[in-house]
Amino acid sequence: MNGAVIPRGTPIGKGAAVAATAISPSRGCSDLPVLRERGQREVFCGLTGIVWLHRKIQDAFFLVVGSRTCAHLIQSAAGVMIFAEPRFATAVMEERDLAGLADANEELDKAVSRLIERRPDIKMLFLVGSCPSEVIKLDLSRAAARLSERYSPDVRILNYSGSGIETTFTQGEDNCLAALVPQLPVSKAETPQLLVVGALADVVEDQFARLFAAMGIDDVRFLPPRRARDLPPVGPSTRYLLAQPFLGETARVLDERGARRIAAPFPLGAEGTTLWLKAAAEAFAIDPMRFRAATAAAEARAKRALEPFLAELSGRSIFFFPDSQLEIPLARMLSRELGMQPTEVGTPYLHRQHLAEELALLPEGAQLSEGQDVDRQLDRARAARPDISVCGLGLANPLEAEGLTTKWSIELLFTPIQGYEQAGDLAALFARPLDRKTRLRV
Amino acid sequence: MQLTVWTYEGPPHIGAMRVATAMEGVHYVLHAPQGDTYADLLFTMIERRDRRPPVTYTTFEARDLGTDTAALFQKTLKDAYERFRPEAMLVGASCTAELIQDDPAGLAKASNLPVPVIPLELPSYQRKENWGAAETFYQVVRTLAAPQVSGSEKQGNGRAAAGRPTCNILGPTALGFRHRDDVAEIRKLLGEIGIDVAVVAPLGASLADIARLGEADFNVVLYPEIAGVAAKWLKRTFGQKFTTTVPIGHGATRDFVAEVLQLAGLPEGEAAGSTPASNLPWFSRSVDSNYLTGKRVFVFGDAPHALAAARVATEEFGFTLCGLGTYSREFARDIRAAAERYGVEPLISDDYLDVEQAIAAAQPELVLGTQMERHIAKRLGVACAVISAPVHVQDYPARYSPQMGFEGANVLWDSWVHPLVMGLEEHLLGMFRDDFEFHDGAKPSHLGAGARVAAEPLSAATTSAILAPGASQGREPTAPDGDLISLDWLTEAEAELKKIPFFVRGKARRNTEKFALERGLSEITVETLYDAKAHYSR
Repeated sequence: MNGAVIPRGTPIGKGAAVAATAISPSRGCSDLPVLRERGQREVFCGLTGIVWLHRKIQDAFFLVVGSRTCAHLIQSAAGVMIFAEPRFATAVMEERDLAGLADANEELDKAVSRLIERRPDIKMLFLVGSCPSEVIKLDLSRAAARLSERYSPDVRILNYSGSGIETTFTQGEDNCLAALVPQLPVSKAETPQLLVVGALADVVEDQFARLFAAMGIDDVRFLPPRRARDLPPVGPSTRYLLAQPFLGETARVLDERGARRIAAPFPLGAEGTTLWLKAAAEAFAIDPMRFRAATAAAEARAKRALEPFLAELSGRSIFFFPDSQLEIPLARMLSRELGMQPTEVGTPYLHRQHLAEELALLPEGAQLSEGQDVDRQLDRARAARPDISVCGLGLANPLEAEGLTTKWSIELLFTPIQGYEQAGDLAALFARPLDRKTRLRV
Repeated sequence: MQLTVWTYEGPPHIGAMRVATAMEGVHYVLHAPQGDTYADLLFTMIERRDRRPPVTYTTFEARDLGTDTAALFQKTLKDAYERFRPEAMLVGASCTAELIQDDPAGLAKASNLPVPVIPLELPSYQRKENWGAAETFYQVVRTLAAPQVSGSEKQGNGRAAAGRPTCNILGPTALGFRHRDDVAEIRKLLGEIGIDVAVVAPLGASLADIARLGEADFNVVLYPEIAGVAAKWLKRTFGQKFTTTVPIGHGATRDFVAEVLQLAGLPEGEAAGSTPASNLPWFSRSVDSNYLTGKRVFVFGDAPHALAAARVATEEFGFTLCGLGTYSREFARDIRAAAERYGVEPLISDDYLDVEQAIAAAQPELVLGTQMERHIAKRLGVACAVISAPVHVQDYPARYSPQMGFEGANVLWDSWVHPLVMGLEEHLLGMFRDDFEFHDGAKPSHLGAGARVAAEPLSAATTSAILAPGASQGREPTAPDGDLISLDWLTEAEAELKKIPFFVRGKARRNTEKFALERGLSEITVETLYDAKAHYSR
């Protein structure tokens, strides 16, 4: 779009018209054609979700049943954190397991018993399916049921698939939470109960709990819980609010248990957080005055925190490679609250229903794409020369070497970004690479 | 199935990627499920390469399994050729694709590409990364090294009078531990002793380079785990001899120089005088290093690095080897032979938990190992330095940091001594036990503030409990639940033991218990402690 370096704070193109606060109801991408591509996908598989899930649910352990590749992936993705005693491991299948020389179930039982001896503190064990275990059709759900019987009541054993053939990156969390849902106790509550779904940073979770309490929604529960023994109850009285956009399967099984979803955009940025909270407030018939009283100060604070980044980011073009399904909510936040201009917004998977509110808010002029052919998408990015490209670690340094500024996308999963108090931090994540570029004189 | 907490090596297709990424003009088409592209970030992040690896993945998904994955592979192959126009292609399967048996070799042949296509058969459920790299390099060399000029034209060691002898450097790859600087160091060293380097491969080699591998007089094999197979083939095919000494350490570098001179047909004395030496011999002889004598060191890594480290530790640092092991089963025999020479038990295992157990039992004062041993050492509160892959981003440094050659010996000196408590501090810790600031639980003060992770290395009594971290976290190594201990440490003896500096305390405890058991003593008194000390110091 524009190859030249744009001076800081100079609005360009259509983005200039988008002031941070001006919300025009006429815009939106609800009916926009979506570019669907197939080809090489430069994405993680769902196993990667383990990297944050094992920290969220503190007494859970994740045992991948897969190959050496799976083990290698998790330890590569876990990066520096691998110095700590991890709460994940891999049962690596060997030649004899495939040749049928060893009974795969017996072998799995042995691995599980060695593990439980080593980690007596484990209360919940996830058997995580991988591509190899899915392709040879190893029935992990039966194995989980069998082992659950043996180790009950000390250890609850569940299973889900994080394989690359079925899941992309954050969908691993979706499958994990969906596996938890049947375990949730039946809610006997008569009055509506709020359940917030999606792993959030502890600090964010606490902030939301305070906000809900202030607006008069008590007894808010979160899924996943911090401890395996602390599962929230669910039933027809449950109203749930998705905190993350990648929870299609979890929502489906929650619906099956009679819970109902509260439709809302996702809590990114000042506006997104307000709309998200407001959806809950409306569902619980909270007095609008009380809602404003509970949120106004925090919202104003969030907007103030965003201000310093407006000059830096307004008018800048941004290109999203598909990664986590957070791309559309992020593009919405960055365009509406910071005046950025999305060129292409790629997502690995587009859940139209869950993203309906987001799409309605997304400015026109952005190309939506679902799926990927990485070489062709790179061609488009090179042609567009966006000010920031949001992409995975496999692409980031190569694009930097080509002179494009990048924001590596995994950080958006590993940083507290939701809610009012994190709105400024979220903006800072995108401003930092640009700031860095102007500082360096080497 | 094998329970794997950490894996020392990746799957074999990672090895193939390391060869492809190291070379110029080669493209690798890998039949693999969505998600296996994680391997790209090993190269772009850990090694910080500025280009994407030359690898195209089919990234099939579940919905593709119902259809024609073979057609998907073929399409990917054609597209990759059209886009990248490589001079040669590698094709292969990852572990999952191996299960669906699409036969990339046959499909590639049927595609009739106008460039050489090398099919790779890498059994993912039997073999690992280094084997994959070795096999890939061997296949590349076998396919692309052109038939050489005949023996009469090639003058072998009696080359034209004006020309200097030439050699190839074989083995360095992408994502190798210090390969970048090792190559630079050895190239410089060879130049100084009068030998020219013809081709370095696979790192930086083009197809033209591979084609003229046979022209050199001999081969320098820096990384036998990668280039060993190819070097043997080159010897059979072109009669090129190859070096067997890995030049890590001062002594090994001197031996390497002698071996190279002999292979090059140069007189030994000619270069000996001008041979640049490292600072290691003098640093090690200087009195400051006196306290290093007999420090107990545990060595683990890939076999060539572990063997080299064992020699350097014992002959050049004056350490005592208390354990030697490798995860490279291909070199198990060499490790066993070396372990016998040093009088230690060899450990051949790729099971992280076995290694953890062996280290806890050996009670070393220093661990020389891989990234994984850093976890173990951290947990046990033992000093540690990294000598071998697998390594993380901090071991692909910006500065010049070879392991090989004379400069490599300097690097080894600095990095192995660094994690140890320095001499004066060690003396003072032995003399004054109750300092509020400098005490057993504190990190060596030159490493900054903070506590060591474990206040005391685990004793023999708790090695059986090592598998339960809940237990090992406790600082009660006397917990009498281990089967070894029916022994009773009297309070005074226990207190006396605490006066021994922490880095040798674990060993002292073990020795005392062993001494008591051998003599059928059920109680350990202060006397027993000193009897044992006298006994073992003989």
